[in-house]
Order: sequence, then C-alpha cells, then structure tokens
Amino acid sequence: MSGPNPMRMREMVVVREISRLLIPFILLFALYVQFHGDFGPGGGFQAGVIFAAGLVLYGLVYGLDALQRAVPPRLIEVLAAGGVLIYGGVGVASMVMGGQFLEYKIFDPHHGEHYGLLLIEAGVGITVTAAMTAIFYAFAGRDRARDEEAR
Amino acid sequence: MNAHLPAIQVVLPLLAAPVCVLLQNRKVVGVWATLVAWASFAIAITMLVHTMEHGTISYALGGWESPLGIELRVDVANAFLATIVTGIASMVLPYGPGSATLAIPEDKQYLFYTAFLLCMTGLLGMSVTGDAFNVFVFVEITSLSSYTLIALGKGRRALTAAFSYLVMGTIGGTFILLAIGLCYQMTGTLNMADMALRLQPVMGTRTVLVAFGFFVVGASIKLAVFPLHQWMPNAYTHAPSVVSAFLSATATKVSYFVLVRVVFTIFGAAYVFGTVHFEWLLMPLSIAAMFVGSIAAMYQTHIKRLLAYSSMAQIGYMTLGLSMNSVEGLTGGLVHLFNHGLMKGGLFLVVANITFRLNSSKIEDMAGLARKMPWTSLAFAIGGLSLIGVPGTAGFISKWYLVQGALVKGQVWLALLILMSSLLAVGYVWKVIEVMLLKPPTDRVENTKPAPLSMIWPVWVMIGSTVVFGLWTTWTGTVAEVAAETLMGLR
Repeated sequence: MSGPNPMRMREMVVVREISRLLIPFILLFALYVQFHGDFGPGGGFQAGVIFAAGLVLYGLVYGLDALQRAVPPRLIEVLAAGGVLIYGGVGVASMVMGGQFLEYKIFDPHHGEHYGLLLIEAGVGITVTAAMTAIFYAFAGRDRARDEEAR
Repeated sequence: MNAHLPAIQVVLPLLAAPVCVLLQNRKVVGVWATLVAWASFAIAITMLVHTMEHGTISYALGGWESPLGIELRVDVANAFLATIVTGIASMVLPYGPGSATLAIPEDKQYLFYTAFLLCMTGLLGMSVTGDAFNVFVFVEITSLSSYTLIALGKGRRALTAAFSYLVMGTIGGTFILLAIGLCYQMTGTLNMADMALRLQPVMGTRTVLVAFGFFVVGASIKLAVFPLHQWMPNAYTHAPSVVSAFLSATATKVSYFVLVRVVFTIFGAAYVFGTVHFEWLLMPLSIAAMFVGSIAAMYQTHIKRLLAYSSMAQIGYMTLGLSMNSVEGLTGGLVHLFNHGLMKGGLFLVVANITFRLNSSKIEDMAGLARKMPWTSLAFAIGGLSLIGVPGTAGFISKWYLVQGALVKGQVWLALLILMSSLLAVGYVWKVIEVMLLKPPTDRVENTKPAPLSMIWPVWVMIGSTVVFGLWTTWTGTVAEVAAETLMGLR
C-alpha cells in the first residue's frame, strides 16, 4: 500500500513512545477544556474533538484493531446517541419540573445554570467524541470493507 | 400542557432518533419510529386546533424571553405546516424502508430510521421556530439527514445524486446563513418579529437588499425553484422511493414556507413587492417551471424522474401563488402545498410498490401492469388525475384558488397559462397510464403479483385523501386562508 518497504508506525520507536507519553495528556487536556468551558474558552465541542484526536492518534500508531478493541464501534454508536439523550434529557427534566425546555434555573435557584450547562456540555462532548471517532472508523475501515466485499 | 407543545413537537423526534440507535433491532425500531410519528401528528393537530381557536402560541426556550432568547412561535401557518410534515411521516413510516430498496444490510437499517427522525426534527424545527438563526440550524439538520437518506438508495448513482445535492444544499444553507448574518448586522437581533421591526428604518440600505437576495436564492435552492432545481431530479430518482415520497412531500414544502416567511414576516410585502418588485422575477420563473417541468416530465423513461420533473412544475404553481401577493394567491399556494404533498407522497409510494415487485422503475417495464397490480395502478391513475387538476380531486382545488387569484387581479392571461400547463400534465400522466393499461404485459409483469396489503393501505390513505380533500374543501380552504391572512399580517 504505502511504498515498496513500508515501515509500520508501531515499529517506529520514537513515534510509538512519544505517543504513549502524549495520549494521556491529550485526553486530560480534553477533560480540562470540557469542564473549564464555563469559566474559560472551551466547551463540549472543542473538548470532544480533542478527546477524539487522542483516540485517533492511538489508532494511527497502534493500528485500527487496537483502537477498536479499546473502543468498539458499537460503543461509539451508543455514546453518540447517549450524548444527545443527555442533552435532551436535561431539557425534558426541566420541563417535567415545571420550567420551560432547558430552563436550568428550575433545578436550583443559585447553581441551576451551572449544573445544567455542565450536563448538556457533557452530552455535547460525548457525542462529538463519538462522531469524530466514527468518522475515523469509517475512513480507516474503508480498505477493509472493500476487501471483504471482494472476497 | 398545551403551552409546551411547540417544544415537544421538535424534542420528541429529536430524542426518539438516538433511541433508535440504542434499540438497534430493525422491527422494533420500525414500530418505535412509527409510534413517534403518530404522536407527533397528534401534537401537530392539537396545535392547529389550538391556534385556530386561541391564536398564536409563543414559547420561550430555556425561560429566556424573546427577543433575547430563542422563541418558538406557532401560529396557524406554522401548525398547518407541522401537520403536513407529521401527517406524511405517519403514512410513510409504517411502510418501512422496504428492505429491498436500501443499499445497507438489514442489521444496519435502524440507521435509516434514525436519519428519518432527524430529518423530521429539522423540518418540524423550521416549521415552529420564530428565530432566524434557529431556522438555519434546522435547515442544516434537515439537509444533512436528507443527504444520508438519499445516499441509502440502491446503486452507486445514489451517491453522486446525494453528493450533488450536498454541494447545492450547502451553497443554499450558506446563503441563508450569510443573509441572517447581514440582517443581524443591521438589526442586532435574531428574532424574526423583532428583526422585521428593526429593519424598517434601514430598509433602503444596500445591505438589506443583499440580505434579501441571499435569503431568496438560498431558500430557492432548497425549494428547487426553476432554474435552481438541478439537484432534484437525480436526488428523487436515485433515493429509495420511500425517501422520495417523504422529501418531495415535505422538504420542499418547508422550504417554501421559509421563503414565504422571509417575504412576508421579515421583509414585509411592502418592501418585497413594492420596492424590490420580487414578482417580476418570481412570476416568470414560476411560469417557466410550470411549463419546462411538465414538458421535461413527458420525455422521461424513468417513472421516478418523471415524478421529480412533475414536482418541479408543481412547485412552480406554489411560487406563482406567492408571487401574486394576494390572499387568494397565497391561499392557493398553501392549499397546493398541502395537496401536492398528499398526491406526490402517494404517487411515490405507488412507485415504491411497483419497484418492490418489478425491481425496475422504467416505464416500459410496466406494460400491462394494470392487470397484475390493479389497486396500485388505480392509485396511480387517481394520483395522476389529481396532478392534472381534474374536478373531484385535490389538485383541482389548488388550481381553482390560483385561477381565482389571477382573475381577481384581472390577469386573464395568467389564468389561461395555468390551465394550459395543466393540460401538459395530461401528457405525462397519460403516458404512464397508457403503458400500464393498454400495452400487452411483458414476461416481467406476467410473473409479478400484487403488492402486500401492508404496502397498499398507506398508499390508499394518501391517494384516498386527495379525493377526500378534493370533495370536502372546507377544512383545507379555511385553514389555508387563515394561514395566508396570518402570514400577510392581516390578522
């Protein structure tokens, strides 16, 4: 596929070791962006993309199979759906408690806005992570899907 | 409870879509999606009854009052549109995607229902929102899910059709966003009603004119106004028939509504027709669409493509109604929006039945089909008569209003053009009926049997209602007239 003498990523010591070192920090940074989003720049979308970038890096270096063992495609689908449900669920909960859709004040007069935002941003983060990873799976798995079709 | 209906209308399908992914089983998901569509239909009807009796429902999302927060605003026109969208979905969903017509394996078909419900969410969102930026968001939700739905059609051409729709649709969406941006720059608000007020003092500026242009072109691409219809024939031909039925009956209709809202609610008739003279552009294009669409339909060998070109002509009637700038004309446009949704949705379902059995949508392959699939063929004939506008069918009623609109303004030539283009519809409808009825059956037809009952009843509900609404016009007429008057600000 990639030239006459392909050297696999996982055989490149520098790439492998540096990624092993970096990936935890990328994921941690994603969580920072996620939960610090209401005080500084950031939020669910950005955090989701960063988190997914960590996963994609793992997939690029250690191979698609290794990544899919850690995060199975079905889990990704469930997370993508779950994030939307968290977001909508907060809205519905506020409606059930007598407010308007997504009226966070109803949860708690002082901290309601904070909790509500935190929850819906978590939903956004989860869905964005899952969607980005699903896109990576779709592209990275393309050759494999074609091979299976040919067989 | 009633006060929450506008939000529930959008939230229900939005949350039902991810549930489809969790349920995963194809049959369970099919039943679930159908129930959701029926529940949404009930909500839409309740809102329609409520707005007819008590007037507009306004809903402040998140408890933030308009114009600061996002306002969902449902008047008769919005509720009418939501009723159409959910009604068509309730008829199309029990039908299922027809496993044979999808390009994805059965164990992945829950994704079809997910995309379908998301598409419905977007369309309903566009129907109920009173916020300009919200319109853009829902336009995008609708578009993205409809690209997916179209790409699910069997055969590789579905992919190119979906891709070219994606390119056109993205341009359309971007234009709408640019227009909203320009209006926001001029007014500092995104609430449509508030925007309309604040636009008044700056109406003469070029920025507003450019914003209007972007709005119109963006919405027209989505609506497939001639000559921006290029994406439509391919998309409807290669999409699964069920998807063609749903999109042709709802997506273009909601885009029409967006255009009407832009014209009457945001910019106002005085500006659009008095200063810019939008009718000088829209009327010739509508008339051209009526004729070009009908003539192109006559030359098609593919039944879905024929129906797609016919849609282009029918959209011409709707925009013609808008360009008349009168209650009669707009009523005609809105009645036709409803009636055309029923007949084109019904006809595409008929085609779904035929392709399900014949595995082909070429007209020549349908020779003698009337003998083998009598009920399906009869449904096509009635739907076709309604497209022509024969008295006793729904199509007649819409054309009646349009002709009336033309005559009120003393434009006899316009009335004649409407009648002439209806005669062209006879051409393409007869072309199909002739093959079905008079040609000797081919081997392919000899070996088919009628479609299963589960696929026939939704067709007959839709086609039957074109006859019902052709004979009993009080409801459609009254609602459309009230909606038109509300849109034009006369109520």
